[in-house]
Amino acid sequence: MFEYAKYLRLNKFPLIWCAGCGDGIVLKAMLRAIDKIGLSNDEITMVSGIGCSSRLPGYVDFNTLHTTHGRAIAFATGVKIAKPEMTVIVVTGDGDATAIGGNHYIHAARRNLDLTVILFNNNIYGMTGGQVSPTTPVGKKASTSPYGNLEPSFNISGLAQAAGASFVARGTVHGAHMLEKFIEKAIRKKGFSVVEVITPCPTAYGRRNRMGTAVNMIQDLKENAVTLKKAAKMSPEELEGKVVTGVLVDIDKPEYTEEYAKLSEQLKNKVGVD
Amino acid sequence: MPKKNPVIEIKMEWCKGCAFCVEFCPKEVLQMKGIYPVVAKIEDCTACGLCEVLCPDFAIEVIAEDEAVKK
Repeated sequence: MFEYAKYLRLNKFPLIWCAGCGDGIVLKAMLRAIDKIGLSNDEITMVSGIGCSSRLPGYVDFNTLHTTHGRAIAFATGVKIAKPEMTVIVVTGDGDATAIGGNHYIHAARRNLDLTVILFNNNIYGMTGGQVSPTTPVGKKASTSPYGNLEPSFNISGLAQAAGASFVARGTVHGAHMLEKFIEKAIRKKGFSVVEVITPCPTAYGRRNRMGTAVNMIQDLKENAVTLKKAAKMSPEELEGKVVTGVLVDIDKPEYTEEYAKLSEQLKNKVGVD
Repeated sequence: MPKKNPVIEIKMEWCKGCAFCVEFCPKEVLQMKGIYPVVAKIEDCTACGLCEVLCPDFAIEVIAEDEAVKK
């Protein structure tokens, strides 16, 4: 129904991800969103760090950068400053963006640099061996918390909102059509945009916590996802363990590269040089 | 004129057998046979494309009736 092939590096297929990993669903939603906007392959730079989700740029035929752990946003900042006309998309995981790259994440949001961050939240460090991540819920097991995790988890979207992002949305892989719309809006938005995607990791997270097959995990996601509208009518107790989906923030504020260009122009006029 | 059915193509070499397409098809068109899905009741398919959207491995493609004629 949709021609994905023009955006893909088909010689890299099949995908490296485990059976039942939701990352491929996000990749597809992203390609459909890019197609809707009508961007050509050369107009996009996709930057990633380290992790399962960060393998994604290897499969797409855009300008791609696979960088060091946690530093995807730092590299993307460089690309955006050097080429403000480029659409820069950062693909990152929960551990990559909020633990190792936590500072880059909040400061990019504070600067309001025009980046689109697609953040795959699977509640664990999948690729590096199932270690506990900042989004692992309390009580869940990981390779570094075999008796259950004691640390309360981060609200990734709330963090971006508090740090000053201009667009924040949360979706799940089960709601792939909704996700496509969020990604489209995020790319179109001038300013720092985050789309947090809740995706199952059946291998490193599900198996250790006896959550059943990947299908069971997606069904759980379907049951636990509540829209923003519904969530507004629910009490905090009822919202415990639920995933609130929807556009959480959509505001307009000055964007960094535009402000930078303005300042540069002003100073050129003042000093009188080109 | 008899109704033309959509065509569902499954790329076995990319499929990992996660069974998302089988479980989330609203019409139960697909079935698992061993570790791979197979098309069992194509006549019930409405070409909604949900299996294609939810396949993480780009292994399933739905070609709607009107598209199939063009091809």
